[in-house]
Amino acid sequence: MKQKNIFISAIIFLVLFFIAAVAVYKSQQPSTVASELLPALERINAPVKGGSKAKVTIVEFFDPACGTCSQFYPLVNNLVKKYQGKVNVVMRYAPLHQGSEDVVKMLEAAHLQGQFWPAVELLFANQQRWVEHHVSNPTSALAGIKTLSLDHEKLDRDWQSSKVAKTIAQDITDGQALKVRATPQFFVNGKPLIVFGYDELVSLVEEAVAEAY
Amino acid sequence: MIRKNDNPPSTDETAENNRCWYLLFFAWLLATCGTLISLFFSEIVQLPICVLCWYQRIALYPLVVMLPLALFPYDDKVIRYAMPLVIFGWIVALFHVLVVAGVIPEAAQPCVKGVPCSEIHFTLLGFLNIPVMSLLTFTFIWALLAFSKKSFTRT
Repeated sequence: MKQKNIFISAIIFLVLFFIAAVAVYKSQQPSTVASELLPALERINAPVKGGSKAKVTIVEFFDPACGTCSQFYPLVNNLVKKYQGKVNVVMRYAPLHQGSEDVVKMLEAAHLQGQFWPAVELLFANQQRWVEHHVSNPTSALAGIKTLSLDHEKLDRDWQSSKVAKTIAQDITDGQALKVRATPQFFVNGKPLIVFGYDELVSLVEEAVAEAY
Repeated sequence: MIRKNDNPPSTDETAENNRCWYLLFFAWLLATCGTLISLFFSEIVQLPICVLCWYQRIALYPLVVMLPLALFPYDDKVIRYAMPLVIFGWIVALFHVLVVAGVIPEAAQPCVKGVPCSEIHFTLLGFLNIPVMSLLTFTFIWALLAFSKKSFTRT
């Protein structure tokens, strides 16, 4: 009997200790990005949607090949629409999938022609055509983007240019600094979405709107 | 468990039986602590998990379920079943420690591009990083199981 008691007490102790450790860790997590990291959230000329004078900015690190990003796309759009003029969303590239690095370059090249949003919408909607087993196929993605009305020659030139490569490299560096290890990763006015989920994102945005207006 | 009423064993034998039970119990305790710590780092702190860590987890996690089954009643056969896992985990942990220490060159390690196994995420007391903890855990579990077996066969 004694041994059984020891065993059961050990289990109870370990479980309680684990729960306590999680609680302590969570309570010590900063709810805001460290101030020296705040510049990493921004990049001039990053694709943005929503009011230019909005006081609430959602920064989304995304990968066009990421299924969850595609599912969140209409949801984030809804948020921007719901708080018209008050909320905008900035997209930053986080090509975590194999092959995605070229695809985000193509998106950035489309952005240079003012076609980022149609291009990203198209890629999200047709993911199954150019993403196979979580590996991006840049050739298919490019063919998809070219169905949009844009300057094909300029697109081809741009996506392989060092200027676009530099932009992507900047986003990757910033993502690493902000510890973006999964996509989509959201920051609302510098506050990271700690527990992932749509409702959590909505309440983070609601709080920010309430604070700013 | 030892039933004291029928067939009372000699005091020596009870002590020995107790001893091997406790050794096995501590092996389980160690495996469970290791499991919880690794889950804490991956699920709560959200450190990325490299391939070598996964192989060590494969060796460690089953012990948490397996060893208690042999505690009630004490069954030394579990040592035979658990040993291959422990040895496998120990070898992978050793390999991982050598990769981190730079003894094994980058090119020889079987890691995906995203999460290099040679990266150290945190260090305690100047030397205790996660792979070293894993190697120590497997070493202690190995020793505890071996001693448990030894004291059981003596009785």
